[in-house]
Formats: sequence, structure tokens, C-alpha cells
Amino acid sequence: MVTLKTEPFVINLGPVHPSTHGVFRLRATLDGEVVLDIEPIIGYLHRGIEKIAEGRNYKQDIPLTDRLDYVASMSNNLPYVMAVEKLAEIAVPERAEYLRIIMAEMQRIASHLLAVGSLANDLGTFFTPFQYMFREREKIVDLFEMVCGQRLLYNYMRFGGVSHDIPDEFIPALSKLVSTMPGFIDEYDQLLAENEILLARLKGVGILPKELAINSSVSGPVLRASGVEWDIRKVDSYSVYDRFKFDIPTGVIGDCYDRYRVRIQEMRQSVHILEQAIEQLPAGEVLAKVSPRLKPPGGEAYAHIEAPKGELGFYLVSDNSEKPYRMHIRAPSLINLTALREMVIGWKLADVIVTFGSIDICLGEVDR
Amino acid sequence: MTTALPASEIADRLKNHFPETITEIKKEYLIIKNDSLFDIASFLKNTPDLDFDYLSYITCVDYIDYFELVYQLVSTKHNHSLVLKTQCHQRDEPVVNSMVDLWKGADCQEREIYDLMGIKFKGHPNLKRIFLWDGFQGHPLRKDNNGDTEN
Repeated sequence: MVTLKTEPFVINLGPVHPSTHGVFRLRATLDGEVVLDIEPIIGYLHRGIEKIAEGRNYKQDIPLTDRLDYVASMSNNLPYVMAVEKLAEIAVPERAEYLRIIMAEMQRIASHLLAVGSLANDLGTFFTPFQYMFREREKIVDLFEMVCGQRLLYNYMRFGGVSHDIPDEFIPALSKLVSTMPGFIDEYDQLLAENEILLARLKGVGILPKELAINSSVSGPVLRASGVEWDIRKVDSYSVYDRFKFDIPTGVIGDCYDRYRVRIQEMRQSVHILEQAIEQLPAGEVLAKVSPRLKPPGGEAYAHIEAPKGELGFYLVSDNSEKPYRMHIRAPSLINLTALREMVIGWKLADVIVTFGSIDICLGEVDR
Repeated sequence: MTTALPASEIADRLKNHFPETITEIKKEYLIIKNDSLFDIASFLKNTPDLDFDYLSYITCVDYIDYFELVYQLVSTKHNHSLVLKTQCHQRDEPVVNSMVDLWKGADCQEREIYDLMGIKFKGHPNLKRIFLWDGFQGHPLRKDNNGDTEN
């Protein structure tokens, strides 16, 4: 038998490529189809948000946070306003806390729908599951439009509450969505979870072991899929999350299938939280009186939340002026990428696309 | 709730193993000398009842006189946290030890700080710019950088 000598070669993926979910470039070194090494190259969407924030006042920085993970804007507002509230010791009315949680959980469902839909796209089911999921995402976006007039970048939260109270039609529309959503999630699961091709492409692929997951600082569904029961809503409960009953879904081995499953189950838990929030929603004010030219006392604060993609945190330093002295964003998408290299080495190039899709990053947040 | 461990308590334990390394003890954080950073971090990670296995984030603040590096350490086993800080008074060539050998999660974050603040991390396996291109002049997040360098 003749053994053929092969030479490793480098292939460039992106920065403009449908499976990269944004402007992301990957330099992969291959031996035939097998991946020897990869190097993510990022920065194509770097706008210097942390630097821009230093030149604007605290309130003007809220819309900047929308532009991080632009498919989960509601969740981005929340940790930033929480950090400022911590710095300036602003109390939030109870109704506003509930509205924030309702928005954050709706946003989690919308973001996970996009994540699972585009993961299915990466597998080659060209836009069919994606369309099913966008059907429900559209309903959530309609609800967001109802409360703040925007469909993508919401700019809804303020220091001490939210910008507007919800209109009268909101709760009936949300209740309808919440009551029908479990049926829709069953439908996706029926279409996908038992699908032979999906199982073949996801099961056992791109495994991230528990220890490596913790050591690589990954967070969110990626961490939980590796079997770590770590959800900021539970372990470092914020807002009024301690008033709701919900479970933390975890995976077993941390492969792509576990990450898919964790997201599906998290949507069910979010629906469960929404049901309770609608029931408990108190009446009252939604915005505390806060000076538009806020000058928090000097000091620093860190606030973090469980965003759809992981632990999103804001570290703020105040020098008692109108502008933040420093704003650092702990971006889950960037840090979750750290583990990608070790997850894909030894797998085929097609599996890199799937593993990358299963991490679910948003380049607006990676590059900032 | 994640318990923030009192900095003074940690400081007492560190004093026995690393004398004269702590420069300041505040309620929420601990400032240590930057040449002992790696050893202290390694001690905090590997001591069973502290067990800081998760590095939540690293960041850097430019205070003009010095750079301050902030490390938020978390233990997923005991659900407690600690903020560790160190200062770098050198402006031309600030250097601190890299944490990548202890926590892989430091990799991208240290590259980000190197790129935007210009701190060099000794022992980092792949320290190069992450967002900006290789030929970029200056480090934009520094307070004295107004974006007037030509790029």
C-alpha cells in the first residue's frame, strides 16, 4: 500500500460568510478535512464603545449598550443601569423591577430562538426551522415595539426604572404568547430533537469538558451545557428573581447537542418566569426621580446579569463627574470564544461551523 | 447570593504566606504588589477552602499616574468572590504577569488590555493585538490618547 504524504494547509473562513453570524474571520489549519489548529481573528466591528462612553454622560451611554449584542438589546440595558444605580444608590420601584424581568425573559426567548434557528441553518436545513422560530420571535419584537416603539435597539431602561409604562394591550398580548409558547417549543423540538441528521451532526461533537469550561471563564448556556449549575439569576440573584420558581437546565457532557438542549429548556423556564411575573405584577410607578445630569459619587461598581449569551457585566468607575471615568464591559461572547479552539481541534471543518454556531456569539458584543 | 469575601480576612491569610505583598486593604478589594500577583493568584486558586476556580473578568483602568488592573475571582464550588487589584506605575512599558497558565479565560481579555491599554503580560502565549490591526499606533483606551495619532 502506498502512503501519501499530506501537507497541512491554511484556509480562511470569513470575515464575510453566512455561517460566521457577523463579521468574523477564522484561520483554520487543516490536514485534509481534519482541523489541526484554528485562530479566530476579530475586530471588524470594533467601534470603541468603552472609549466613546467616557465622552458622554451616564444617560447618553444607555443607547450605546443596545449596540453591543444587538439581538438582545433589552438584556444589555439592564446590567448598565444596575451598575449606575449601585454607584448612585438609586432605588427602583417594584413595578419597574417586574417590567425589567419581563423584558429580559422575553429577550432571552427571542435570542435563543435566533440561536437555535441559525444553528439549524449551519447544519444545512436551509431556513426552514429558522422561519418557524422567527414566527415567534416576530411576536416578541411586536411586543417590544408596543412598549418602546423600537424593534431592534430598544433603549428602554433608565436609571431608577424604565422609560414608559406598558400600554393596556400589552399584558393580554403577552399572556396569549405565554400560553401558546410551550406548544410552539414542542413543535420545534418535534421537528429538530428527534431528527436523525441533527443528532448525527450534534451528538458528541465539539465537547467542552466541565473543568475546561470553568477554567476558560465561559458562561451562560455554554457553561451550563457542560454540567455546571451556574446561573447568575440563582447564584447571585438580582432584581426580583428570588420571587420566582424556575430550574436551571444543565447538560451532561457539553457537546453541541447539550448546548442545543439547554437553550430549548431555558426557553421553557423563561415562559414559566413570565407566567409568574404577569401574575405578580404590582401597580405603581415605573420610574424614580433621577436627575438627567446625574453625578454619582466617586467610586466603582460592578453589576452583572445572566444575559441570553452568558454573564454580561458592567464595571464602572466614577470620578464624581457627569461622565463615567471608565466603563468596562464583561462581554460573554468574547470570553466564550476562548474555548472554541480546544473544542474543535481534531474535528472536521464542517464541525467547526456547527460548534461555533452552538456557542452563539454576537459580533457586536465580541468587538464592542 | 455570591458572598464577597471580606478583603481583610483574605489579607490576614495572605500575610502568613506572602509577607509584605499587600499594599492596601479596602472593604471590597485588595491591592497587591504586581510582582507577586501570579503567586498570590495561584495560592487563591489552589487553596481548597478558597478555591477560586473561575476568573470572571479582568480589566484595567488608566489613572494617569498608574494603571490599575482589576481581577474578579469567583469560586463556583463555594459561591464566593474576591476582587484583586494591582498597580503598574510604569507608563512606557508597563508589565504584569499573565494569568493564562492559571485560568485560560484570561487569554482574550489580556490581549484586549494589551491592545487598548498597552499593558504587556509576561508569559502570555500569544500576546498580540486583538481588535486593532498589527501596525496600529498607540493604545486608544489610555487617557492621554485622543485619537490624534495617524493610523
